[in-house]
Amino acid sequence: MPSLFINSVEIEVQPKENIVQAARRAGVEIPHYCWHPDLSVVASCRMCLVEAGTKKDDGTVAMQPRLVPACQTPATPNTVVVTDSPKVKSSQAQTLEYLLLNHPLDCSICDQAGECYLQDYTYQFGKAESRLDEPKVQRQDKYYIGEQIALFTDRCVMCTRCVRFTREYSGTAELFVTSRGSVEEIEVLPGQPCDNKLAGNVVDLCPVGALCSKDFLYKKRVWWLKSADSVCQLCSTGCSITVDQSESKVERVRPRENPQAQGSFMCDDGRFGWKFAHSENRIRAPRIGRASHGQVASPQLTTIGAPTNAVEQYSMSVNQSTPLATATVSDLTFADPWPGLINHLQSVLKQSAQDHPTKTLAVFSPFMTCEEAYLLADYLKKTNPKITLAMGPVPVVGEDDTYPKGPKGQSPAAEKTRFTIRAEKAPNRLGVEAVLQHFQKSIVNDEQWLSSMELNPFETVLVVGNSPAEWLNDETVSKLRRAGKLIVVDILENNLTHAADVVIPGVSFVEKEGTVVNHAGLAQTFHPAIRCSDGTRPDVRTYMELSGRSGLYHGPTIRAEMASVIPAFAAFETGELGELGKRVFS
Amino acid sequence: MTTENKKKTVRFAEPPKIGLSEALYLPAIAAGIATTVRHMFHKNQTRQYPEVEPDIPKNYRGVHRLNRDDQGRVKCVACFMCQTACPANCIEIEATGTDKNDPTWADRDKFPKTFVIDELRCIYCGMCEEACPVDAIELTSIYDLTGMTRQEMIFDKEKLLSVFDETVQSGKDPVRTVRGQLGPASERLSS
Ligand code: SF4
Ligand code: SF4
Ligand code: SF4
Ligand code: SF4
Ligand code: FES
Repeated sequence: MPSLFINSVEIEVQPKENIVQAARRAGVEIPHYCWHPDLSVVASCRMCLVEAGTKKDDGTVAMQPRLVPACQTPATPNTVVVTDSPKVKSSQAQTLEYLLLNHPLDCSICDQAGECYLQDYTYQFGKAESRLDEPKVQRQDKYYIGEQIALFTDRCVMCTRCVRFTREYSGTAELFVTSRGSVEEIEVLPGQPCDNKLAGNVVDLCPVGALCSKDFLYKKRVWWLKSADSVCQLCSTGCSITVDQSESKVERVRPRENPQAQGSFMCDDGRFGWKFAHSENRIRAPRIGRASHGQVASPQLTTIGAPTNAVEQYSMSVNQSTPLATATVSDLTFADPWPGLINHLQSVLKQSAQDHPTKTLAVFSPFMTCEEAYLLADYLKKTNPKITLAMGPVPVVGEDDTYPKGPKGQSPAAEKTRFTIRAEKAPNRLGVEAVLQHFQKSIVNDEQWLSSMELNPFETVLVVGNSPAEWLNDETVSKLRRAGKLIVVDILENNLTHAADVVIPGVSFVEKEGTVVNHAGLAQTFHPAIRCSDGTRPDVRTYMELSGRSGLYHGPTIRAEMASVIPAFAAFETGELGELGKRVFS
Repeated sequence: MTTENKKKTVRFAEPPKIGLSEALYLPAIAAGIATTVRHMFHKNQTRQYPEVEPDIPKNYRGVHRLNRDDQGRVKCVACFMCQTACPANCIEIEATGTDKNDPTWADRDKFPKTFVIDELRCIYCGMCEEACPVDAIELTSIYDLTGMTRQEMIFDKEKLLSVFDETVQSGKDPVRTVRGQLGPASERLSS
């Protein structure tokens, strides 16, 4: 096997690698700014300079007299690389000193501080002192670069990653470099800000704090963020993401590199699409009885619906029952609405399954996770196999949006496409369909069940929504309304929950664990980043309790069970899908 | 250390034998009276607090103040270093960007919208002062911090700034931490 040497560590050659990548495999970090695996190589920052040479057949090594940029030098067989010689070290220190010449060093107010490559490399490879006596060149910040992007001009290290991204990846080419030398700057044309759907990525690409996200600006210092691996649920591309949170509040979402899913980037719909999780409009307690426009008001509500705060709840349970002196422990315990709700649902569904099983319908949404769909389908079919399990509408908005765009904004040819924002705005159609296919033997689509709603309405209908935007139109809701009993699981109040007889709160993807299958059949598990919003609990827990399963929900166990029950999910066998997910069906 | 070793290192001490003079107690009583009499003619050792306030050294670590810059704005740049350094978790800051249309803030990017210190939770260790890159937070020599409610002891930005004004007026400026040159963020403020 051909090999190369990094600081006398021998490693195997892998095709299409440069020295930075090869060194990384050998456990050596070569500092670099301008190079990024998904962008073209410009070798302009000179941060990655190393000594390189060739090992001849007779065992002698011929080193090149000059330093070479590691990002531009392919890792070919018998290459010898030295990254820790005094020559390389002094080059790194000098490059950094040069970058810092006019750098403002306002780390104390810079959002990048803590995850800044200029900080890290200066600490590792640079000098502590500046020798500059002249005043620093100061430049205007540019808040107009994009709707979501601000440029702190004097922090820029001119790596041009951002420029190359808009040219090569989004194809929109809004950003460019003006002037030269120590006054060169990143700029946009007047009236043409960087507002494309992939624009947010330039903030992640920027190795320093020059490009900052306005949405996140000054919100949190990054060292307080805790991250969870997640999967974006805003379209069927299913980008791997990292959700950064602090004190159970999501602060930002970043793409997580996954060559199997989307690559290294994500779109701005997903980047800002988590905000519904903190919406005022969240359903925070189960309720029985119909509410009018977001109001929790109905005579039956108090029997089961939880008041929104515990004090109110406490005083209510004390007032209603006995004077404090004679109150027993059970009078004073906080009323938990969930056991009552579960009992109520169990009896409604059981009764319905007994009286009119063929007139009982459950509508599954493409926003459910595989585990939720499986647990609910399994419970309903075990209650009575004649219950109909149907697929709800799958939202499709426009057409697939592909990148890089051409000069006139046209979509690229299929083989040149590097990123696709899919028209199907739901994360898990394939996964839910596979579950329904198994339990129902065929997919009952929304046309079918809606037409039968008109002719011969179902008695009891359970609808799972969980969509971040309004999912069903008013016409569909009014048809569903014909059911004798409408039970709805949803995250946000909407037309459907207002029409429902029983509303069960669901939780958003940042609060729960689950698996979704993207457009290409790649199943990825996402993990909870924050605690469930007050009064809510993960949907799977509701389904577990409904079906009378004992114990707590444990994702891998349920997935392993799915693999044994549903052949389509055979890839779930071990229960673990790894960080990058597994292809379940194609 | 093994048990055996430990045993060897233990020494058993006998109480000293009491002789006749100790048993009589009289010499001890006489020594006590002598001390008392000696002190009657000494300088007074007690302090008449609170009638007479003590002279507290300027490097005492008492109530915090938030300094103002030369234009009277809060000097803090909301870097959160103090909140990060605080071992008692009693500082809570909310940062915001400055208004870019306001010329009086043109040279600043970020400042604290709210700045709250829970003076009851604080252990007066001075870490916040140590951490601040622009010398915006300092501990003053105000030591007699009292209040009728807990809420009163939670100092917000205005209150902390008023401590600055008060200490500047009364000439009780604390002694600066000796740290040499300040960071560029601070230099720019004062230039
Ligand atoms: S870009 Fe990095 S080095 Fe420059 S101010 Fe920001 S954190 Fe500090
Ligand atoms: S703004 Fe950031 S990404 Fe763009 S050239 Fe400057 S340092 Fe590089
Ligand atoms: S003195 Fe110590 S405990 Fe008090 S606020 Fe400062 S860092 Fe926190
Ligand atoms: S360390 Fe200083 S500048 Fe930073 S937030 Fe605290 S008081 Fe403000
Ligand atoms: S990373 Fe190699 S020159 Fe910039």
